[in-house]
Amino acid sequence: MTTGIEIFLLTFLIVCAVAVAYLKDLLSAVIVFGAYSLIMAINWQMLGAPDIAITEAALGAGVTTFLFIATISKTRRSE
Amino acid sequence: MEDLLVRIICRLVVPFVQLYGLYVITHGHLSPGGGFAGGAIVGASMILFALAFNLEAGSRKLSHDISLLMESGGAIGFILAGFVAMLLGQNFLTNKAAGFPLGVPGNLFSSGAIFFFSVAIGFKVGSTMCTLFYNLIEGSDRHRSSE
Repeated sequence: MTTGIEIFLLTFLIVCAVAVAYLKDLLSAVIVFGAYSLIMAINWQMLGAPDIAITEAALGAGVTTFLFIATISKTRRSE
Repeated sequence: MEDLLVRIICRLVVPFVQLYGLYVITHGHLSPGGGFAGGAIVGASMILFALAFNLEAGSRKLSHDISLLMESGGAIGFILAGFVAMLLGQNFLTNKAAGFPLGVPGNLFSSGAIFFFSVAIGFKVGSTMCTLFYNLIEGSDRHRSSE
């Protein structure tokens, strides 16, 4: 049984995942990837896994985004 | 990256992020989270500080060498805390049978040795994040200057 907010979150998740692949600006892709991780963390919480949700929010939305931004600052921004 | 708003917001947010990370580490046996998740939060706060200001300001708070030492020290501390049980005549990482006191369930100090394991893992993971970031940012400059 999926409620309306779950359908909204899953739809937005798929939109984010596809947008990461199609964006030409790499900094935008990294930010959208952070949004993807945040929605994934909310999904973990709604599925009853708060431990995974905390780790996903800290690693996926936090550290991965920082490391990608650091990588972009050392290389080129456009694909 | 000379943005005043980013710097002010970062300076306001970083202490609360670190406090939350320490909370997640120390309450690892009571609530969701633990050493890994809390250490990742603490490490992310340090990376955020170094990214919003610059590398010199971040290195003054936590330099690359101290971060490396903390990384190794966390792993060694975890192993030593496991060997304490072996000194007391039990298996590696034994908790209650080795004589670690278990307090009242639900209190902060109610897990015996798991508290120390969580703190050691938190040190290890948090400083590993910082070391990764410093290695990535400094890159080959560090090796070139040391040669």
